[in-house]
Amino acid sequence: MSYKNQFMAHTQLILSPFFERTTKLNESQEWRRWSGYLAATNYELTHENEYFAIRTKAALLDITPLYKYIILGADAQQFLDRLVTRNIGICKVGQVMYTPWCDEDGKQIDDGTVQRLANDKFRITSAEPNLEWIEQNAAGMNLTITDDSKTTAALALQGPNSRAILNSIASDSLDSLKFFWMMNTQFHDISVTISRTGYTGDLGYEIWMDPKDALSVWDLLMDKGKSYGITPTGLQALDMARIEAGLILLDVDYISARHAIIEPRKSSPYELGLGWAVKMKKKDFIGKKALKAELLRGPKWNLVGIEIEWEGLENLYRDAGLAPGLPSTAWRTSTPLYHGDEQVGYATSGCWSPILKRYIALAHVKSEFSQLGSKLKFELKVEHFRKLTPAKVVNTPFFDPERKRSCPQ
Amino acid sequence: MPTIKKYDAIVIGGGHNGLTAAAYLARAGKEVLVLERRYVLGGAAVTEEVFPGFKFSVCSYVVSLLKANIIRELMLPKFGLELLPLESTFTPLENDYLIRTADPDETYREMYRHSPRDAETYTRFGPLMGQIGMAVRPILETIPPNAIRPSFPDLSAMKKLLNHFKTLSDEQFEYLTKLMTMSSADFLDEWFEFEPLKATMAASGIIGTFMGPRSPGSAYVMLHHYMGDIDGSFRAWGFQRGGTGAVSMAIARSAEHFGAKIMTEAPVEKVIVKNGRAVGVALENGDEYKADKVISGLDPKLSFLKMVDETDLPNDFVTDIKNFRIRGSSGKVNLALDVLPEFTCLPGIGPHLRGAISISPDFDYIEKAYDDAKYGNFSEAPYIDIIIPSVLDPEMAPPGKHVMSCFVQYAPYNIKGGWNDQKREDFGDAVINALARYAPNIKEIILHRQVLTPADIESTFGMTEGNIFHGELTLQQLFALRPAVKWANYKTPITNYYQCGSGTHPGGGITGSPGEMAAKKILKDW
Repeated sequence: MSYKNQFMAHTQLILSPFFERTTKLNESQEWRRWSGYLAATNYELTHENEYFAIRTKAALLDITPLYKYIILGADAQQFLDRLVTRNIGICKVGQVMYTPWCDEDGKQIDDGTVQRLANDKFRITSAEPNLEWIEQNAAGMNLTITDDSKTTAALALQGPNSRAILNSIASDSLDSLKFFWMMNTQFHDISVTISRTGYTGDLGYEIWMDPKDALSVWDLLMDKGKSYGITPTGLQALDMARIEAGLILLDVDYISARHAIIEPRKSSPYELGLGWAVKMKKKDFIGKKALKAELLRGPKWNLVGIEIEWEGLENLYRDAGLAPGLPSTAWRTSTPLYHGDEQVGYATSGCWSPILKRYIALAHVKSEFSQLGSKLKFELKVEHFRKLTPAKVVNTPFFDPERKRSCPQ
Repeated sequence: MPTIKKYDAIVIGGGHNGLTAAAYLARAGKEVLVLERRYVLGGAAVTEEVFPGFKFSVCSYVVSLLKANIIRELMLPKFGLELLPLESTFTPLENDYLIRTADPDETYREMYRHSPRDAETYTRFGPLMGQIGMAVRPILETIPPNAIRPSFPDLSAMKKLLNHFKTLSDEQFEYLTKLMTMSSADFLDEWFEFEPLKATMAASGIIGTFMGPRSPGSAYVMLHHYMGDIDGSFRAWGFQRGGTGAVSMAIARSAEHFGAKIMTEAPVEKVIVKNGRAVGVALENGDEYKADKVISGLDPKLSFLKMVDETDLPNDFVTDIKNFRIRGSSGKVNLALDVLPEFTCLPGIGPHLRGAISISPDFDYIEKAYDDAKYGNFSEAPYIDIIIPSVLDPEMAPPGKHVMSCFVQYAPYNIKGGWNDQKREDFGDAVINALARYAPNIKEIILHRQVLTPADIESTFGMTEGNIFHGELTLQQLFALRPAVKWANYKTPITNYYQCGSGTHPGGGITGSPGEMAAKKILKDW
């Protein structure tokens, strides 16, 4: 049985160009705020089907609320290379790079992807507004910066069937599109850009388009995707998938250096497990000096994956006469981690992974306790009482299927 | 006759329990060989592409009872275990329906429509069954003692169980007693009033069992189905991505990872017994393999009446095994569909097609279905438990097409006149007709159909009488009596010959538990 919602509220939140469709599909009418947009929490009453769509079918997510900036001009490459920690000099046209960027003290401001659209044209995405920071640092350079946040709409199509769906629509085959590359193609007469990127750690794509084409693209995907189990998916399912993929989230797992009011709240890429994305060999970039010094002395903290061990958890619940209590959705409450009596860290987001059958979390741990296999204690409330249960540092991504990077033979 | 090499252990049968036992033994450093008769592993937990592009969990079709510690210890997610939740139970009726979903408010509202009282009772019933499940769990995890001549370890295990029972609440005790003795119909009558709800719940009390919902003892079988959990929530059923065969394959890969060797198309003819000790096996092709231990994953009838000579066994044991009840009562109809079925009572494509669909309108319907079977016929109007795997996992069928699995009861093994091709087709027609009462388009959308009678299940999968549990889960053949008194601890009267199939404690379903516990017992004895 379903009820028709005949009421419409005025809202100060932005409606995405897909809203006309998403609002009709959102049976739970649960929405979250995402960068001032209304974004679906889950479309159905529970998120399970959407979570499993990411892992076994194809999930369709409206990711328009991402902040997007276009950097265009002769100095664009040189500028971005100075702005971010990855080596943009080697980013080819049609390639995408995930990268953090920092302030002069080497503390991370945000993270996102840099797409090289043309030799002199890039798109950078971010979780928070970065226009002022970008403009400030581009002073005097031969380039223009355009806020593309509202001029480009975006969808993520994630899951093992995503390629088959796109192949059934796009005028070009996606079979040879490699992980973190992009291509321009047509959906009938609509021009779209498809990047093989995403926030789920699965085979997946992000589709970038003119907002005026948004509804047509949505309809095409939903129609052609039907045979492949395409499922509109909300943020609750995405949150679990991104934790499984070991991907951090700004304002949940770390705070932007520009918004941290005290020094300890700031983190460097080294402290966030993003050392691999800091390219010390390239020329000067913002924060390089501080990061070099930090690299020499070794970072104080490390963001790692932890696994909360089952036996201990089960025993605690059994002692209370209960079956093991597992979170059904991802949590975002800072949770203490101990080594002996000393608190040596805190987990910032975690979930029970239904596909791995493991209770996992992302955690900031003092470096000396952060090596692989390090044994910690995770604080857990069982029947209102705080308990400590064994946890250990494990590799991320927790979930890393081969299909994420592979191409069909 | 070439003798190849000597293994530490040979497992007969690459069903999921045999594979589990092999994996645990290999994990403990033993050299293990698994010998499977068919070309494919899994036994009854098998996926086969029956029609081009259409894959079926041919026999066993859902997973819930697979033990969490087995999943962890054998690292099954790493080897392909992916359980997708079956979110709902949908009972279509002539002019109405009942659906229970993952959302408690939705379920409450839906039940309230039929019975406000049931809607409320239901919220108490689930947690109670969860508590009972917790109460029973230690029994499931105990190696059954020799109840006649208990050993010291047996006595200490029994003492541990007694101590556990002392901790149970009055309520747990009361309902446990009721569940062990009552019929599922009587038990549910004490709780609920809406017949389709009761009948659907009672149906899990007859699965794999030659009993009706009004037969005493059926409540226990219902409890057996309640004891499964997925991710800590009781009574959660799941579908394995790729079909139940992928569960078996995950266990097989784990076993191989630990060093076990697995051979398919290697049917075992006999266990080689010398001076009352098992020393190896002989294959049908004449090859022989030696081993310190031989473990049978087959059902008790095959393990003791076929794999070894009766003369190697004590008389009373042979009698017990001959009396062991293993009556085939169910069949399976697997359908390849052009489009999804359309239910008259709830048209369209919705979440109701993503869960279990149960043809169980009331007690009388199921009891009458049982009546047919009692007198040697298949049910004219059978109980059917349906899932549509391709909705959860589109790779089970070509894009846009679907596969539908129908578990059907009753289809007695000992049907009047015996099973033949005509009867098989008649049985298939009866199932389709029963479905068509609720989903009339079913007849037009069937591309292919596979009908498995209990006789087919026996001949294909080797299970005696096609009984899916390797022996019914009735009180007289549980725990220390499964499959025979004194020999419920996975040992047999033949030294170094062990058993690890569903015919041992704690019984059937994709639990892995008999395999795990047998392996642990064998390692203890080693």
